[in-house]
Amino acid sequence: MAVLFYAEASNGKVKKNGLEAATYASKVAASLGTQAIGIAVGDIADSELSALGAYGASKVVKVADAKLENFDSQAYAKVIAEVAKSTGSDVVIISQSLSGKAIAPRLSVKLDAGLVSGAVALPDTSNGFVVKKAAFSGKAFAHVRIDTANKIVAVVPNSTGVEKKEGTAAVETASVALSDADFGVKVKEVKRQSGNVLPLPEAELVVSAGRGMKGPENWGIVEDLANVLGATTACSRPVADIGWRPHHEHVGQTGVAIRPNLYIAIGISGAIQHLAGVNQSKVIVVINKDAEAPFFKAADYGVLGDAFEVIPKLTEAFKKFKASQH
Amino acid sequence: MKFLVCISVVPDTTTKISFVDGDTKFNTDKVQWILNPYDEWYALVRAIELKEANGGSVTVINVGGADNEQVIRKALAIGADDAIRVDAEPGDPFYVASQIANAAKSGSYDVVMFGKETISYNGSNVGGMTAELLGLPFVSYASKLEMAASTATIEREIEGGKEIVEVNTPFVCSAAKGMAEARIPNMMGIMNAKKKPLNVVAPVSVSNHTTIVKYELPPAKSACKMINPDNMDELVQLLHNEAKVI
Ligand SMILES: Cc1cc2nc3c(=O)[nH]c(=O)nc-3n(C[C@H](O)[C@H](O)[C@H](O)COP(=O)(O)OP(=O)(O)OC[C@H]3O[C@@H](n4cnc5c(N)ncnc54)[C@H](O)[C@@H]3O)c2cc1C
Ligand SMILES: Nc1ncnc2c1ncn2[C@@H]1O[C@H](COP(=O)(O)O)[C@@H](O)[C@H]1O
Repeated sequence: MAVLFYAEASNGKVKKNGLEAATYASKVAASLGTQAIGIAVGDIADSELSALGAYGASKVVKVADAKLENFDSQAYAKVIAEVAKSTGSDVVIISQSLSGKAIAPRLSVKLDAGLVSGAVALPDTSNGFVVKKAAFSGKAFAHVRIDTANKIVAVVPNSTGVEKKEGTAAVETASVALSDADFGVKVKEVKRQSGNVLPLPEAELVVSAGRGMKGPENWGIVEDLANVLGATTACSRPVADIGWRPHHEHVGQTGVAIRPNLYIAIGISGAIQHLAGVNQSKVIVVINKDAEAPFFKAADYGVLGDAFEVIPKLTEAFKKFKASQH
Repeated sequence: MKFLVCISVVPDTTTKISFVDGDTKFNTDKVQWILNPYDEWYALVRAIELKEANGGSVTVINVGGADNEQVIRKALAIGADDAIRVDAEPGDPFYVASQIANAAKSGSYDVVMFGKETISYNGSNVGGMTAELLGLPFVSYASKLEMAASTATIEREIEGGKEIVEVNTPFVCSAAKGMAEARIPNMMGIMNAKKKPLNVVAPVSVSNHTTIVKYELPPAKSACKMINPDNMDELVQLLHNEAKVI
């Protein structure tokens, strides 16, 4: 018995959602009276992996096959399944990231393991193994019991948190026999968005604007606010559809679903389909000039006013605050 | 080129969600059922476009009860050639994937298409499970799909960007925004849909891996605190001291 977690990494660094999976796994392991073991894929320095001990890992197994440089759900699921078997792990924790969403279901078939994806809390193990997950586009939660001996939980990024303590993990290298048949998908080109803020699904702070901004030429003040905060920018669907903003910024039912700590919505009415993608944010601030805008009902803090006057003032206030923090 | 498009039937996006039987069942009273938007707008329409361009056929499949047939007919009206309904209550994602994989095996499809997720369960599970059951490559969250002979070029979403990948048929793919534009069925489509085959097949026997034991609504939001637009320092202080998010 052990709890295995996938230490998702990019560019040789374990990502924040990998640390979140480690934290989650170590807590599950503690409640089951066993240990948390990491599985890392790719060329990652041992020091980076042994540092996972501070998040509760007792050991990390590294599989660094050059073939695994590009992501393929078939090959990655095979690697993780093999390591789950060799480490005797009966619970696997993985982030519900885009790659996690492709790996977890395959893994669940390979390991005959019941899967709950979209987990937002630790499992309740007092009577079986029950996981709380988001459902109905954030409008409700379902408590799902896993009835199989092996279990997989896919955790929503930025939902259960990262906890760092002391400690180092032992690092072991393992190899898994992979053949061409495991790589059906050939990656031809990778296009990364520029900039150094976190991509939307992982972002902790998000500044989002809608049709109330009147036109793309007015986004400068939105970007200034985001820059001061170190926030990622987002937008409502019509704004992406008419080409004021790039599609990857579109949040909501049909766009990206996010769960930041802070969501600032500017000139967005708060239609139900928009809320579906952002209603899991921990704190929502709404800036709108219409007191009747439905978004105020879903907000924690509201500012009734003209965005063109309010945003520069808010940016200044954040600047002053940041300066006072140093 | 033979396409199999997996379509789910979900409550309309504006449905007010509530539960019955001690919060153990979704309250279906007055719910309007629709095709899952990702399945309809993106997966189905793109499969039809590719069939129109290159020839072939588009079959839709749903795992569900007879009540779903009206919604399945809509997929036929939009342009699918025929439909399969696996006559069973959709159980958990593994149960549904097992039914789809079983039906797919006998059909020798080139491409099996899914939506990125259902807007009800939000699992993103069934596509990947089906791919594994069929032993096929899986490209998830595809925002563009082009086919040239038996090779597909697909753009897929990755964290913080996009990736262009190539995959040969047969493969499994899940569709996200960008892949196609929604189509509204026309009169002719609706008339034709009535005559198109809708085959009802019996499920294979598999057990669910998971059980929903309870539902819960999010706690009601406390009233929104209104801040004077001339006092943004107050908002910043509240975000720092009260909400503790900055
Ligand atoms: C099936 C379906 C799926 C959908 N999916 C999505 C989705 O994923 N995401 C999404 O966002 N939408 C989605 N929509 C669209 C959604 O219903 C709304 O139409 C959309 O969210 C509205 O965008 P908006 O708030 O930017 O624009 P509007 O509704 O036009 O609102 C603009 C707001 O700006 C305010 N405003 C105007 N000027 C100012 C000013 N100077 N200062 C401050 N405030 C100002 C107005 O009071 C108003 O509240 C979907 C719709 C459907 C039918
Ligand atoms: N009952 C069903 N019948 C047919 N296809 C389904 C069914 N449920 C889910 N799917 C397909 O699987 C995709 C992912 O569903 P989910 O795993 O629930 O998010 C959907 O977008 C559909 O394409």
